[in-house]
Amino acid sequence: MAGQKKWFKGSTLLVVLFLLAALALPQFVSRYYIQVIAMSFIFAIAVYGLNLMEGYLGLLSLAQAGFFGIGAYMSGLLTLKIHVSFWLALPITALLTAVLAVLIGFISFRTRGHYFVILTLCIGVIINLVIEKWESLTGGVRGLIGIPKPSPLGPLTFNTLESQYYLVLAFLILTVFVMQRVVNSLVGRTFVSIRNSEELAATLGINVMANKLLAFAIAAFFTGMAGALYAGFIRFIGPDVSNPNLTFEFLLYLLIGGQATIAGPIVGTLVASGLTEGLQFFQEYRMVIFGALLMIMVKFFPWGIVGFSKMLWSKYQKHFMKKASEGTATMSTAKGGEI
Amino acid sequence: MDLFAQQLVNGLTLGSIYCLVALGLTLIYGIMEVPNFAHGHLYMVGAYVTFFAMTLYGLNYWLSALLAGVVLAVLGVLMERIVFHPLRHAPASNKFIAAVGAMMFLEALARVLWGSDFRSIPVIYDKVFTIGTLRITEQRLIVIIAAIFLMIALNLFLKKTIIGSSIEAMAQNRDGASLVGINVNNVAMLTFAIASILAAGAAALAGPIFLVFPSMGALIIMKAFVIIVIGGMGSIPGAVLGGYVLGITEAMGASYISTDYKDVVAFLVLILILTIKPTGIFAKGVR
Amino acid sequence: MILETKSLTKNFGGLTALNHVDFQILEGEIVAIIGPNGAGKSTFFNLIAGFYRPSSGSIAFMGKDMSNTKIHQFARAGIARTFQTTHLFSDGTVMDNLIVGYRLKTKMGFWDAVLHTPRAKREEKESRDKAQKVLEFVELSGVAYEPVSSISQEAAKRLAIGLGLISEPRLLLLDEPAAGINHDETAGLAKLIKKIQGVGITVCLIEHKMQMVMNLADRIMVLNYGSKIAEGAPREINSNPQVIEAYLGGGEHA
Repeated sequence: MAGQKKWFKGSTLLVVLFLLAALALPQFVSRYYIQVIAMSFIFAIAVYGLNLMEGYLGLLSLAQAGFFGIGAYMSGLLTLKIHVSFWLALPITALLTAVLAVLIGFISFRTRGHYFVILTLCIGVIINLVIEKWESLTGGVRGLIGIPKPSPLGPLTFNTLESQYYLVLAFLILTVFVMQRVVNSLVGRTFVSIRNSEELAATLGINVMANKLLAFAIAAFFTGMAGALYAGFIRFIGPDVSNPNLTFEFLLYLLIGGQATIAGPIVGTLVASGLTEGLQFFQEYRMVIFGALLMIMVKFFPWGIVGFSKMLWSKYQKHFMKKASEGTATMSTAKGGEI
Repeated sequence: MDLFAQQLVNGLTLGSIYCLVALGLTLIYGIMEVPNFAHGHLYMVGAYVTFFAMTLYGLNYWLSALLAGVVLAVLGVLMERIVFHPLRHAPASNKFIAAVGAMMFLEALARVLWGSDFRSIPVIYDKVFTIGTLRITEQRLIVIIAAIFLMIALNLFLKKTIIGSSIEAMAQNRDGASLVGINVNNVAMLTFAIASILAAGAAALAGPIFLVFPSMGALIIMKAFVIIVIGGMGSIPGAVLGGYVLGITEAMGASYISTDYKDVVAFLVLILILTIKPTGIFAKGVR
Repeated sequence: MILETKSLTKNFGGLTALNHVDFQILEGEIVAIIGPNGAGKSTFFNLIAGFYRPSSGSIAFMGKDMSNTKIHQFARAGIARTFQTTHLFSDGTVMDNLIVGYRLKTKMGFWDAVLHTPRAKREEKESRDKAQKVLEFVELSGVAYEPVSSISQEAAKRLAIGLGLISEPRLLLLDEPAAGINHDETAGLAKLIKKIQGVGITVCLIEHKMQMVMNLADRIMVLNYGSKIAEGAPREINSNPQVIEAYLGGGEHA
């Protein structure tokens, strides 16, 4: 497993660099960019959920924005209407979103292929429509305004933008930590085996349904949590937070970064928002470019920036470090090349 | 009873549009297993082409619709070649993702080129027929009749022409079709062209009744998916039946249940059906 | 007796693919199922592997009724199988495949993974060790870290058998293990199957290569048109007039 060890060291260095940069960032950039990057972190958390489903389990769930919206509204309503503390609302929201996902899973995991995708999309649309139409609860198209900031946690307060940024960063780190642990364990291997062949996995005694439900619950938990963070950070929400178009944006971020990789979601989300900012004067053309990008990525770089770099890196290793004769196990979870 | 008859007419109008869009979607799915998420956005482009042909160039309504058909046929073929042909061996979710990309692209392009305003195709046929208390506008009649005409034309094409029957053959068995010497590539392009023409027809017909705007395709494509899942993905009669049933159900639902939630009905029905029968109602090829 | 079917029947639509088959597999033997194409071998196999539900009749494994058991519970009960077209997790290495194959023997879940509990560490190590052992057993140690997409057809066959073995089954079902490999490789595979029997695992196989079957099997069941027409030691089967007729009449030469 020499290959894996080496890669691990390289990636540890990258993780440390990323953390240092993320921690130091508010000292160097304007409030505007702090805001933009904090938003990217929130979206990235949701993209991790999608990554677990589409990347590792091979099931494209298009209900993700629905979970994000439910997270945002549930936490928004709890803190705004019945003055529950953010720190209580957040876990409640995430847990209930996960429970809802399990219920949805019981229905949707009995379907296969395109049916699953269409079914989850319809569930996303229903969530969106209900949020928009249930005026007495959600405020309809006007949405919820004046959601309280996250309440203080012991000595920590979250009144400034910087402190909120660090709050979001902390949750991003938590998400990546949990995802990384899950994916690199026997549990993650089980997910990947289901992506490869449900039939073979079941033959080997793996309870496919139970594993799908677990993955869906984890994905929804973090997506709901991201929604709750969004509500506490932006402090006003409208039905758009549950629009299926948001799911498509998540999908775009995931594809750019690289599905079935741990770094993919954060890299993809940051690169996409970087592009958005960079294309400022092109603002109108943003989705034209992103739409085209999605079509190109899925054909030529279905493994995204991270997957592509990993591939280059392992080629480099094979070429220049002949000692690494055991090959690299690092690609084992990435999707096969020609897809 | 009056309300019922009135809503039946409205339902038939809506259903006619759904049928035409769903037919294209089901053809593409049946032939190529591509869930063409961007199909609703082809419908949107068709509406814009009709609109501009009439307002900018003063073309006659029917000529504008014809032009929309031609433009969309080309667009459909391009889409097949550029987006889906390269992914023909890719996993299901990749095709879906590419279709989502095509959808984003078309909608954003429409916004850039034509703005986000709501527009309306001028109503030429504005007579109103009254039968008792029932009022039917001429345009609605045209929608209902023209849709039936288009569907009959499609049916004749599929049954009576060689290329049409090869499309049908391929919808039933892709591998078999390539074995007996049908040119799979041509059929794929032709299918996209036909589906796009149907979408253009639907758009030109619906344009004077409903509004034209860049995201007008988003809801209709989801409804069309509901229809073809219910009717059996790839099934032509299923798409027609499903289209009318959904149109009428929605019209009735809007007047007898709630206008707010009329759009929810379709999706709830789909969830219910897939809960009871995960392979769809008319699933073929049971293991 | 490890597995027993009673009057096992399977209909597909109006077609009876398997017709009232009574059969017993004895502990520790190698038993082969043969018959002309379309005789119902695969149907029988898929029934005792849990892929089909019987239309009528019953399957008992170690005295327990299995007629309504889900696929993944067959493996847990101790029945493992391979597929006719070699079926592996194509994205992984040989090692990755085997580690997943051992999953049913491990119990760690979400919290174990997140918290790196002692159980998680123990089971990860156990899976690797077990995979190593199985690799040695099926003689694939040399390609442990190769992606399965790059190994030979014979190695893939061996790995598929390894995947069946790693969950420590009582009964291993092999669906045409020697299809698509050459004569020498077939001999090697036969040796491996003997070795599996040697460690106390009962083997049941479908195979077309008659010479292999005759040398390997302790007992043979012959199916024709969905019914059992003969059962016995290879020598008896060889001289059974009904069997000879079924093969000649069916126009198929094994």
